[in-house]
Amino acid sequence: MSKRKARDAHLPVGECITQVQQILRERFCERRLPDRPEGVEAQYKHLLELLRRTAIHGESNSVLIVGPRGAGKTTLLQCVLRDLQKEEKVQKNLLQVHLNGLLQTDDRIALKEITRQLHLENVVGDKVFGSFAENLAFLLEALKKGNRSSSCPVLFVLDEFDLFAHHKNQTLLYNLFDVSQSAQAPIAVVGVTCRLDVLELLEKRVKSRFSHRQIHLLSSLNFTQYLERVWTQLSLPDSFSDKKFAQEWNAGVKTLCEDKSVEEVLQRHFNSSKDFRSLHMLLMLCLSRVSVAKPTIKPADLLEASRMCFADATANMLHGLSILELCLVIAMKHLNDVYEGEPFNLQMVHNEFKKFLHRKSNSMYNFEQPVVMKAFEHLQQLELIRPVDGSSAKVQREYQLMRLTLDHSQIMEALQKYPQCPTDVKQWAMSAFG
Amino acid sequence: MKYFTRMKIRRVYEWSGKPRSFNRRLKTKDYDSFAISVEGLSKIIINTGQHILIEGNDEDNPYVAKVTRLYGDENGQQMKAVVQWFIRVSELPVNKLKLLGREPHPQEIFYYECRNCDNEVDVESILRPVKVKHLDSNDPFPDSADKDTLYVKLSWDSKVFRVVNTTVVESPAEPAPASSPPSCLKPSLPMSPSCSQSAATPRGPSRRVLPTPDHAIMQKASLGEVGCSSVGTPANVEAESLHSATKLSASKCLSAKRRNATARTPGVRKRLELTSPEKSVTGEEVLSQLLNEELESKVTLTRRLPPSPAHPLRVTHSLTPLRKARRPTGAQCGVPLKSSSVFLNKRPLSDSDSPLSPSKDDSTSPWEGDEMVTGSTKNLVRTQRIRDATPRRVYSGVKKATQKKELETIKEPVLSVLAEVENEKSPMVTETPRSSKRKSAMLVSSRIKKQLNLLENHQDLNSSGEEEDEFVPSKNDLLSSSEEEGQDEDGPNIDDQVSAKKFRYVATSSRNSRSKQKSYSSTRTQRRTPAKKISPGTPQTPRHATPSIPIRSLQTQQPANILEEARARLHVSSVPESLPCREQEFQDIYSFVESKIVDNTGGCMYISGVPGTGKTATVHEVIRCLQHAADMDEIPSFHFIEINGMKMTDPHQAYVQILQKLTGQKATPDHAAVLLEKRFSNLTPRKETIVLLVDELDLLWTRKQNVMYNLFEWPTRRHARLVVLTIANTMDLPERIMINRVASRLGLTRMSFQPYSFKQLQEIIMSRLNKLKAFEEDALQLVSRKVAALSGDARRCLDICRRATEICEHSAADPSSTGLVGMSHVMEALNEMFSSAYITAVRCASTQEQLFLRAVIAEFRRLGLEEATFQQVFVQHQALCRIEGLQPLSVSEGLAVCQHLGACRLLLLEPSHLGVLQRIRLNVSQDDIFYALKAD
Repeated sequence: MSKRKARDAHLPVGECITQVQQILRERFCERRLPDRPEGVEAQYKHLLELLRRTAIHGESNSVLIVGPRGAGKTTLLQCVLRDLQKEEKVQKNLLQVHLNGLLQTDDRIALKEITRQLHLENVVGDKVFGSFAENLAFLLEALKKGNRSSSCPVLFVLDEFDLFAHHKNQTLLYNLFDVSQSAQAPIAVVGVTCRLDVLELLEKRVKSRFSHRQIHLLSSLNFTQYLERVWTQLSLPDSFSDKKFAQEWNAGVKTLCEDKSVEEVLQRHFNSSKDFRSLHMLLMLCLSRVSVAKPTIKPADLLEASRMCFADATANMLHGLSILELCLVIAMKHLNDVYEGEPFNLQMVHNEFKKFLHRKSNSMYNFEQPVVMKAFEHLQQLELIRPVDGSSAKVQREYQLMRLTLDHSQIMEALQKYPQCPTDVKQWAMSAFG
Repeated sequence: MKYFTRMKIRRVYEWSGKPRSFNRRLKTKDYDSFAISVEGLSKIIINTGQHILIEGNDEDNPYVAKVTRLYGDENGQQMKAVVQWFIRVSELPVNKLKLLGREPHPQEIFYYECRNCDNEVDVESILRPVKVKHLDSNDPFPDSADKDTLYVKLSWDSKVFRVVNTTVVESPAEPAPASSPPSCLKPSLPMSPSCSQSAATPRGPSRRVLPTPDHAIMQKASLGEVGCSSVGTPANVEAESLHSATKLSASKCLSAKRRNATARTPGVRKRLELTSPEKSVTGEEVLSQLLNEELESKVTLTRRLPPSPAHPLRVTHSLTPLRKARRPTGAQCGVPLKSSSVFLNKRPLSDSDSPLSPSKDDSTSPWEGDEMVTGSTKNLVRTQRIRDATPRRVYSGVKKATQKKELETIKEPVLSVLAEVENEKSPMVTETPRSSKRKSAMLVSSRIKKQLNLLENHQDLNSSGEEEDEFVPSKNDLLSSSEEEGQDEDGPNIDDQVSAKKFRYVATSSRNSRSKQKSYSSTRTQRRTPAKKISPGTPQTPRHATPSIPIRSLQTQQPANILEEARARLHVSSVPESLPCREQEFQDIYSFVESKIVDNTGGCMYISGVPGTGKTATVHEVIRCLQHAADMDEIPSFHFIEINGMKMTDPHQAYVQILQKLTGQKATPDHAAVLLEKRFSNLTPRKETIVLLVDELDLLWTRKQNVMYNLFEWPTRRHARLVVLTIANTMDLPERIMINRVASRLGLTRMSFQPYSFKQLQEIIMSRLNKLKAFEEDALQLVSRKVAALSGDARRCLDICRRATEICEHSAADPSSTGLVGMSHVMEALNEMFSSAYITAVRCASTQEQLFLRAVIAEFRRLGLEEATFQQVFVQHQALCRIEGLQPLSVSEGLAVCQHLGACRLLLLEPSHLGVLQRIRLNVSQDDIFYALKAD
């Protein structure tokens, strides 16, 4: 493959497209770490130094990486670890234990996982996994035995750190922090969380033992940086096999980014969220529209992708309703208007619907009560309406109080797009009062 | 892991024989021996000078000791024993084992020279006698399968191991020689015991010349000595000797010992004769009274016999079950007597046909030749019968062993008498400190031995050679008896296999009952071995198996510059040389604990203080100092145990951890509680003071508060010697969470650690830096003032300083020329640690998120509530969007924005499945949000 590339600089367009998609998808799915985390150099340096000191000097540390979702916390950590592992001094000197609050839901599981990842379970056979208490004592003893200069530093990465704070007594956190603050085996505890108030979750003793180092990842990038980012994310590296194609592609991307409508779309995305995960989602949708026939990303693709991203899922669901169900939803909307969001029941909705029918004197929508009931239940199954909390099952279904979980704008939007919606129904929906 | 249930073996303890003396002042009576009888099993008699096992908290490894004195109060209610302790390998602190410089033998014990432990025990805590052998320090441990013999090579005084004094070394040999006389006589008379005595007695007069003080000394030596298995009481003599014999089955070792022994015995015997006569008579009176009706005229002779050696033997014979059956009254009176002859009464055959024989044996004396003959014939008859009854086996290998036994049987009475004499004559001598006694004893006894050796060398040589064939019958005797017992044991042994839990119990009980007959039947030894192996094995495995974090492959780097050095010193984990600013607290805790240790009492102390005020550190420092003092011998040594409420999964695990740290045992929480309760209540003697640190006390709270109750109850026990230091954060914890009876037991010894003031914090940093110039004065002051104002937490202070050094290092353009840590660096570190991230987070949020926050505030204002549904806020949000000229969001986008804010906890949200109906609250103050948004 590589030989052929070397011989033949120009690959068929199809193959180029495949390669482009492969490269970009890896990027967008965050399968490949960036060479250098962008926009967080200071934090990167801080964390790298910290972990390096643990590895090389045997200094125990604890640190929290805090930032909103999609801010690149894990990416940062992974980059640091990758670069740390490149250093020869560190390579064989650092044991890693990765825990996730969503997986290790209590201390017992977490302890087992730690033991497993430290490969301690083989040392005494099954003994370790005897009981929770034994396991804890065992692990603490193991850590206690070590000392700063002789034992191998252990790096504990606690993903979703805030969930560990909900464990009983915060035993695990207390012990980890305690080890990190006493002359035992050197450990570094790195917590990753998106909660800004994570310190308030810690019990006072646990809190006192935590070093209070927090690395905040709060991206303060502005729109031009954002645009630049989009551009770099889409452009191909110089190492791409077909130089000519790469040049064309990059030029295409440049023009795309300069397009007015594209900028608008991106601005909207930027306004709603700065995190790169949603951007990647958008770009991924664009990328999938690239084909041999259309080997560049056009602004239209981006618009279409953006429309898909912003599509309102609940409103889309309304499109699949029957006319009767839609009428019931409209009746509910009117009830909400009249009663200012007070809950309603089937009987009220049916009455409202009957008033509409009466006015129209049109027998077209004359449904039996059981049919209406069925439609009502269907709406409940779709969770478009939701029973009011505390209304007991003892109440007859007709009189059970419900709330509409749709916003008016969603209903109106759905009506606009509803295929062959009867005009009188539309008018009824738009009229101020039923 | 093994959990054992505790089963109480009912043992009955009674004095055997009449009190030897009565102390009018103390109202105590001294006894020579007492009997332990276990239900359904025969009795064991324990005399002074015998090695015993004493019930401890570790059921596998009871304490080993040697009885030096037995006494009770007037009405026989209390039975006390004064003992000399031996310490097992497993009882030694693990870290001290290094001093030994070799692998300890599992059956090795050490002569315990510490004076700080109580050497007075309740007789009820005595389990059974045990074999103890002394070995020369260079000798290898005998490779014997028998797990019941313990070996002594060294002594231990809680600091160092020493070779056991020469007296002690030699004394084990002493008993053996006693057997030599029998050997000379044996050619003519097969039944050894009586013969030996007879042989001994004639010689007696000639040696009376020896100065009397000598036996006292000898006695001391023998008491102090470790290895003399044979020191056993007269009653046990035979049984004892049997054990020892089996143990030393290696014939070489035997013969060597025998030679030694033979060389020395005569002297011992002489001395016996000097002192013992009256003694022996008194001892026998009881027996004789009981027996006199039935016994023939020969029995009466026994009473007349001056030298005691005979009497123990006689006793054993006379008390066969058959006789008792015939004469119930006698049996009742003679409970102690019965117990004395363990294996004899298991030999119904021999005794049944010759009920009178025992008396004859006993009566045999130098002066009554005919008696001797009759006795011997009886014996012969008996042995033959036994042979008939039981399949005859030829244990050629064991021959020598049996001889040895016989030898010992003879010498033992001698020694025991010595012991008695000694007790009578010089009770105060026994009470004097061991070491001083021993020196003098060593000197004198060695001198005596030398003399005796010279005198009797030739005799012994002959005798040792001749004995051998003669003893075969008697050996058979023993074999048969043991076989029978082997059968008896089958029952319990089956049970053992059935339930592992009962196993230990049965094993011990059987050991108790038959300790004397141990090990003849091969079946039994085999069975016991696994049991033994299990017991010490299991608790140990986990202890040794604890793995540790792997060793690092590369060396740690040493700090390269001043800042790194400072950082290393400022790390909380680095242990400072002293703890500044806690001198007063240190002094208080120190004097509290020290006084308790010195007075051998117990007590509780409650220490409170907010986190990071040095509570645990101070206590550790106190313990370090006390430990040092103990090492310097200024105070008695003590045992420090630490538990932490946060480091256990359940409050009841506290018991398990305490027990584990105390004894290395593992048990369930319930069982551990029982064991600790027992340990602290009284029966277990030989205790160092235990200092227990309970950190994070509040986590030991349970609904019934029984863990706390026990922790505070134990120190109040008379024998507990437990000092409990408890640490928690709240000052009024006892009042707040403890019920009255717990709080009352905790007492009022309380101490609270105040948060550090800024001056103290500054001092702490300075002392840690130790003249290392890394900080500007002002910078330090700023840090300490700031921390003191906020929390007074020293940990925080150190962490900030550490961070400041990092900032300083990074900010410097040239890493080599980093200056001092200045104000700016400290400020930056303080900001990092103390500033809340909310404002920055709001500032960094996306436009829509900021708008949403504004919408939330607007809606709150409109509603006049601090809570709104998403739907309501969303209306506001769309209005704001229009005002700001932004395209309004769809509901799903709005929800996404809301969730994003919720994940950061800028907003508090209801679960998201509620959709637009979820309620929203702010987690930041409105002012903060305005401030953050205005700054744009």
